[in-house]
Amino acid sequence: MQRFLMGQAEQRRRMKTGSNDVKGIFDILKGTPEDADYKNKKVIVQGITGSYGSLHTRNMITYGTNIAAGVTPGKGGQTFDDGIPIYDTMAEAVNATGAEISAVFVPAKFFLNAAKDALEAGIKLLVAIPEHIPIRDTMEVLNLAQQKGATMIGPNTPGVMIPGIIKVGIMPPTPFKPGRIAVLSKSGTLLYEISDALSSAGFGQAITVGIGGDPVNGTRLVDAFEMVKDMPELDGLVVVGEIGGDSEEVLAQRIIDSKFTKPTVGYIAGRAAPKEKRMGHAGAIVMGTYGSAESKISMFNKANVPVAKRPAEVPVLLAGKMESNDNIKSDDSQTRAID
Amino acid sequence: MRLLEFQAKELFREYGINLLESKSSVNIEEGRKHADELGYPFVIKIQVPVGGRGKAGGIQICSNADEFEIKYPQVKNLTIKGESARAILLEKMADIKKELYVSLFLNRSKRCYTIIASSEGGVEIESVKNQTIREIGMGKVSKELAQEVAQQIGLKGKTAAGFADTLAKLSKLTVEKEAELAEINPLAIMQDGNTVIALDGKFVTDDNSNFRHPELARYQEKSEIEERAEKSGFSLVELDGDIAVVGNGAGLVMSTFDMLSDNGGKPACFLDVGGGATTESVYEALTLISRIKGVKGILVNLYGGIVKTTVVAEAFLKAYDAGLIDMPVYARLKGTESDRAKEMLKGSRTKIFDTVEDAINAAVFNGASRAEEENENGQQ
Repeated sequence: MQRFLMGQAEQRRRMKTGSNDVKGIFDILKGTPEDADYKNKKVIVQGITGSYGSLHTRNMITYGTNIAAGVTPGKGGQTFDDGIPIYDTMAEAVNATGAEISAVFVPAKFFLNAAKDALEAGIKLLVAIPEHIPIRDTMEVLNLAQQKGATMIGPNTPGVMIPGIIKVGIMPPTPFKPGRIAVLSKSGTLLYEISDALSSAGFGQAITVGIGGDPVNGTRLVDAFEMVKDMPELDGLVVVGEIGGDSEEVLAQRIIDSKFTKPTVGYIAGRAAPKEKRMGHAGAIVMGTYGSAESKISMFNKANVPVAKRPAEVPVLLAGKMESNDNIKSDDSQTRAID
Repeated sequence: MRLLEFQAKELFREYGINLLESKSSVNIEEGRKHADELGYPFVIKIQVPVGGRGKAGGIQICSNADEFEIKYPQVKNLTIKGESARAILLEKMADIKKELYVSLFLNRSKRCYTIIASSEGGVEIESVKNQTIREIGMGKVSKELAQEVAQQIGLKGKTAAGFADTLAKLSKLTVEKEAELAEINPLAIMQDGNTVIALDGKFVTDDNSNFRHPELARYQEKSEIEERAEKSGFSLVELDGDIAVVGNGAGLVMSTFDMLSDNGGKPACFLDVGGGATTESVYEALTLISRIKGVKGILVNLYGGIVKTTVVAEAFLKAYDAGLIDMPVYARLKGTESDRAKEMLKGSRTKIFDTVEDAINAAVFNGASRAEEENENGQQ
């Protein structure tokens, strides 16, 4: 069933929406050395006074993220932890701070309005943490984001981080170390688990992107791949997928089409999951053969991406890929073949 | 949620999609009444939330009362892909000329609804030939577009009009109820060539939009355990193995599930306690598991960047103290204070392992040799 779910129409969509023109994620999250706020980009937290929002605001600050303002309607004029100004609307918060990044922590029912508020105010990167957002609301926000040239990560995502520089989300800090591997993951805890394994094996991360476990993602695996694939400080890529949808298949096809040759390793959760049952994530469901682990693994294999059977195997396979790539590089007569 | 056939048809009827006369019952007494009202012959159809009913013998023709008395209990007692009958639908027979296929589904990567239609329906979607596929936006299908699809699959005249009408109504239903999938397979062209009728119906809605659809609440089917799980913010899927799998985060639990199965273990349930883990949440998880039948051991895989493993260990101890569980727990707890947690659990039936692989090996091994272990423990 998946053959019609990728290919030409997908490319047309990208051309039409001009999503390639969206400001690069590194420009937004890190900036360039000329920027006054290089490596210190401002972030606004929507829902900063809620229990979840306040907990993770403090955690982000501890990590070193520059939380410039918070928004909670009705609490404008107050301050959070005696220092961070709170505004009623995103328009006011963006006006006062000039921030381009927003982390949304509001309950699912209020997400649609909060996200629209942020995008209308000119936010360029919207990190949507909440789970249980209706698909229709996600789509509406996504359409608006595309019109505004903004990027949405999530919903139902742990967030995005450049280890050592910025964390926008709820990830615990310990698994992550600065480095040169990009990790893209649908699952939160597997992102932690696998990054931890990578860090222990000496593979720090250049960036980690939580795609989210929902059926419709603001940033799909393939979009996240496009964001990171040309960054100079990238030695390898790890993709943590799971059953449901065809994000992994679309990504594998893009890896083939773009002749991406940096060492890439995959992991797919849900091989043993029963069909037609939602496995925790709204998006983790196999319908017929659509969304099955077999389909994803076979596409990864086609793209020359080995798939680990266990999280602990990921760094082992990555090291193997690096070694074989080095061998290829050292032999000029050989060119890397992708079948 | 996934609606049963008769529930999907209730919605179809509400939206004016043509159907045959049918009645659903939960016992044979009720069924006999329906049989009298409908008159023979009719079809008996098991109502389960999975496909493949026909192949499994869940759809039978009844020509007279004697057949009915034999076949009704037969069909009702079937288990299909682990699912037992929720109800039995009796439906009049149709004089069919041709079977079509039509569905609308939420295309996750294109982020829009997609129509799939074919003039060769009546088989599973994977085997449907000559599919016409149209991506549409998030809105309803216009009459014009519906006509166009009808022509694309080779329909003409009144049949085309009937098909287009059905497709337009199905799309109205899909959009208004925020469905992820609405499928009519087969959509039958009757012998007269004029009418099209939905012989089956599959309808899957977006659970996250339930709060906007109180009218669908009556279709919500939840066991007591599932309801409690939902209240605690857990995700729970019950299965028929003997090792309960618990963890924090859907991906992590799925991954644990996979590794357990790779090693020959059979999961009794999938239980995701959500991002964090506290004494209370783990205790509640153990409470739920104690209610699931056939569980012989519990495999716990918690990855906590911030979670203190001692907090989790406390939950296990509390559960043993309260007599909540008497089975072994194999736990891998990543987090702080794991040495102290191990110390706390010494002598209890909870064993802590450094890696999930070790925990799984122990769970599978003990599952197989549990009878002997019981004896040994008894002698001590």
